[in-house]
Amino acid sequence: MRQLAIISGKGGCGKTTLTAAFSSLSGNSVLADCDVDASDLPLILKPQVLKTEDCLGLELASIDLKLCTGCGICREICRFGAVLENFTINPYGCEGCAVCTVACPENAVSLMPRVSGQAVSSITRFGPMAHAKLGTGEEASGKLVNLVRKKAVELADRYSCKLVLIDGPPGTGCPVMAAITGTDLVLVLSEPTVSGLHDLKRAIKLTAHFRIPTVACINKYDLNEKKSLEIEAFCREAGIPLLARLPYADITTEAMMKEETVIEYAAHSGDSGAVEFANIVRNLWAELEMRLSETFKKEMCPKALRIRGT
Amino acid sequence: MNIAIASGKGGTGKTTVAVNLALALEDVQLFDCDVEEPNCNLFLGFELEPVEEVTCLVPEINPDKCTLCEKCADFCKYNALAALPNKIMFFPSLCHGCGGCSLVCPAGAIEEKLRSIGRIEKASSQTSLKFLRGILNIGEAMATPVIRSLQRHLDESRPVIFDSPPGTACPVLAVMGCADYCVLVTESTPFGFHDFLLALEATRALNVPVGVVLNRDGLGDSRVEEFCRAEGIPILLRIPNDRMIARLYSEGIPFVKEMPDWKEKFEDMFETIKALVCKSTGVQ
Repeated sequence: MRQLAIISGKGGCGKTTLTAAFSSLSGNSVLADCDVDASDLPLILKPQVLKTEDCLGLELASIDLKLCTGCGICREICRFGAVLENFTINPYGCEGCAVCTVACPENAVSLMPRVSGQAVSSITRFGPMAHAKLGTGEEASGKLVNLVRKKAVELADRYSCKLVLIDGPPGTGCPVMAAITGTDLVLVLSEPTVSGLHDLKRAIKLTAHFRIPTVACINKYDLNEKKSLEIEAFCREAGIPLLARLPYADITTEAMMKEETVIEYAAHSGDSGAVEFANIVRNLWAELEMRLSETFKKEMCPKALRIRGT
Repeated sequence: MNIAIASGKGGTGKTTVAVNLALALEDVQLFDCDVEEPNCNLFLGFELEPVEEVTCLVPEINPDKCTLCEKCADFCKYNALAALPNKIMFFPSLCHGCGGCSLVCPAGAIEEKLRSIGRIEKASSQTSLKFLRGILNIGEAMATPVIRSLQRHLDESRPVIFDSPPGTACPVLAVMGCADYCVLVTESTPFGFHDFLLALEATRALNVPVGVVLNRDGLGDSRVEEFCRAEGIPILLRIPNDRMIARLYSEGIPFVKEMPDWKEKFEDMFETIKALVCKSTGVQ
């Protein structure tokens, strides 16, 4: 089984749109929506839920006010400022480190389990999918991402799928790292804007840090062709293959309004722009499949994909 | 007055709104709290100078004193310490810096030292706009401590605009929790609306009053405005789905600079927010 993660650094580059399109092309893959903060793939793929599982996040301290003498040691020792003046715990501050439980001379503090979100296994018209809902303001989104990926691998085994397609979260922090570790290939999306290029560089630094083979794609390339050339030059310099340039088109939104992938939309709309867009996505997908194939892996070991000048 | 610019979905225009609003006003502060991708300065182009290093206290184990009792590794909730047969292994990027290991070590073998996880920078030029930002080092997981350090540099006497990270997780709450008013930037598409509802839920959990900026207005349908009307959420500003604005954005040019009538629109928005904050707190 192979795993492909689609990330972008910057939000709104088209990760979910492309992941959905790939799912309608791949035929034999499991989807993993790892943007657990704002999970949008289900809006297009309308999953039927098979199973929901609670994800236990970091535990939450709880002070027994009957035992508490108000000595204030817990408040002093807590590095996260989570003990409030009336000796209750601010759940958004507490990281469940348990320091207060050992520091309390009265043994008045204990840790309670806390549900940080739900991981969901589903089935869609393009195959199985794992996704999640993170509780508002919860910390452990990396943990929930891991659980979603675990569910996706289970689904892949059960439905004998050869590929896990991961729709990644934006940024470079904990959830993104959880979404890309151990994948076989990362596709970084960019757009020809100052932020698009800046965030592409940061995303590539991250994949280099984890030594994961990385390829790139520019979305909305014709919005600013000069910036697109800068991105191309950067990719060339960094040794990142640039696999496709997608045009700035309203059809991505139109397809989203109809709750369809761009491939589905192009197939029935008959709009020439949509068909052209879908064909570029098809070519991109063919490139990705080739890079994920076993023969490619043998001939191009990860060492050959050097990363320079980041 | 602290105004947070947030959105559930990434790429809806938080930075655009934050930067243009800050530039349209006099004597404000702009804090880029999206420490994973701090992009405001790409549009401002300030010379930046370091203000402080953001650090986290991490353990250093003295092998001469360590008795390999494994109490530290058992205690650590983040699996940052692992007991091997002949030593304790430490994984810095997993450590939250709670100090628990040094507290529970019976041999006094653990001392804490500072480790850098990011930095705070500010604009060195003296302009009427005071700009600060936080940056999380690549490969580091914990954005929230960087945001908290950044917020310690607030000047309470002047209004501040926070450019928030996307999503609804812990770092976002750290920003919203400090705000008197939250502006949610969204677009009226299925993704935009869905993520807007998530962000709205977060502001409600924190009891922060909220208003909406509708970006790429004209794209999609009218679901966001219908919802806002029904829920009594003010729509503060509409930014049209305009190729000129998108183009200026791509070049890194804030559109208030090139399209002066927008300066007034942002000023109006700020006045509206001020009035709404007074209304909700009941003070003048």
